[in-house]
Amino acid sequence: MTSPPSFLAVKRHHWIVRLTHWMTFVLVVGMITSGLQIYGAYARFGDRGGPYYAPNPFQDHGFPAWSRLGGWLAGGLNWHFTLMWPFIIGGLLYLSYLAASGEWRSLLFRPRDIRGAIEMQKYYLRLRRDHPAQGKHNPLQKLAYSFIILMGVLAVLTGFAIYKPTQLSWLTALFGGFQAARYWHFWAVWIFTGFLIVHVVLVFVVDPASLRAMITGWYRGRFPSHD
Amino acid sequence: MIDRRALLRLAAGAGTASLVAACGWDGGDAVRPLLLDVSRFNDWVGEKIFFSKNRLAPVYDIAQRTARLPSYFISPMMPMLENPSAWRLQIGGLVREPQSLSLDQLQAMPRTTYTVKHHCVEGWSAIATWHGVRVSAIAERCGMLPHARYVRFDSFDSGYSNGWDLASAMHPQTILAYGMNDNPLSPTHGAPLRLYSPTKLGYKMTKYLVSLTFTAERPGGYWEDQGYPWFAGV
Repeated sequence: MTSPPSFLAVKRHHWIVRLTHWMTFVLVVGMITSGLQIYGAYARFGDRGGPYYAPNPFQDHGFPAWSRLGGWLAGGLNWHFTLMWPFIIGGLLYLSYLAASGEWRSLLFRPRDIRGAIEMQKYYLRLRRDHPAQGKHNPLQKLAYSFIILMGVLAVLTGFAIYKPTQLSWLTALFGGFQAARYWHFWAVWIFTGFLIVHVVLVFVVDPASLRAMITGWYRGRFPSHD
Repeated sequence: MIDRRALLRLAAGAGTASLVAACGWDGGDAVRPLLLDVSRFNDWVGEKIFFSKNRLAPVYDIAQRTARLPSYFISPMMPMLENPSAWRLQIGGLVREPQSLSLDQLQAMPRTTYTVKHHCVEGWSAIATWHGVRVSAIAERCGMLPHARYVRFDSFDSGYSNGWDLASAMHPQTILAYGMNDNPLSPTHGAPLRLYSPTKLGYKMTKYLVSLTFTAERPGGYWEDQGYPWFAGV
């Protein structure tokens, strides 16, 4: 099982990618926990008396103290409205890097990746024995990473729709109004949480060497980059 | 298979992150001042970038009014005047002519009526109609001095007060409301007079008004002094 030395070291992640990756991890945890604190002040989505947007298993009760950041509503708001800036700046830095370096090509899921995604899924379901050839990321990874970036953008946009529902009333209307925007913003929590769990499990189960690559930039594992 | 050292590193990182979140921590003495500094920066962003003195909040139809609009006050009992006819609004500070206006005098001034959405910092929202007189008309009537930068609103609700930036106070939809949903303002909503604006969060709209003071220094406020955003524009 001690095979790493037999793999060639490949430079995998630029420092901007590594920086923004870990920054985003810490910031998302902070945004979610302060968001759960804020949610407790009005733990439902819709006008008083209902009807309320559903499904919402957390309707009418807040979250336990261990999951909240800020201590009270004002504290939660101040954390949320502080962390939003590095979260947005980190996101823009990352997207600018993808655009400027051309690395978006190996990350963005496009229609031509559909066939490859099906093959990868077959491999994971053991309907196919050999691992399909891939570039830096396999098509399912492209799908997951493209999706989560889009979710990040939507989390920021729904956030602004709630933050300035009068000044940005066009944006709030785009998401179906103030209460609907709150609801979609809340969904971002579960999408990010779900992504985080699956992402970490897959790193350790499929490709542990990718963790070191995200820290040092160098990859020594089973899937050296072809891009 | 699993890189043990990497796993430890990850656990350390995740542990730190969850400790930060643990137990509803508010940041403590070390972080709280930093958060409040950023909140001041956000006040600036709210006023200079998002707010526009010409942009009006969307208005709604009377049919869209919400059935229930919650009401809040600080006092243990609902604040009510013992002698409503003796009530006066005191207008002072940086004005040429300090004034003391009765409800009749305020109602004789040009009336503004709109049906707008109320946004509470807690996350609820509600639509209601408000009737009142523009704060800008009051400023004109009293001869506001050019070096006035802020307005302080005081109430008879256990010292509840708010400080406003002048631009927001002079916005055409910022009014002193004496009526709600075609009726005189009720004690639950701040009778006899309250501040109203669809461009601010609810806690900025001082109820049970007694005075309005134009100042050069930024006034605090009941919730603002406890850490809530000062500008609180929506």
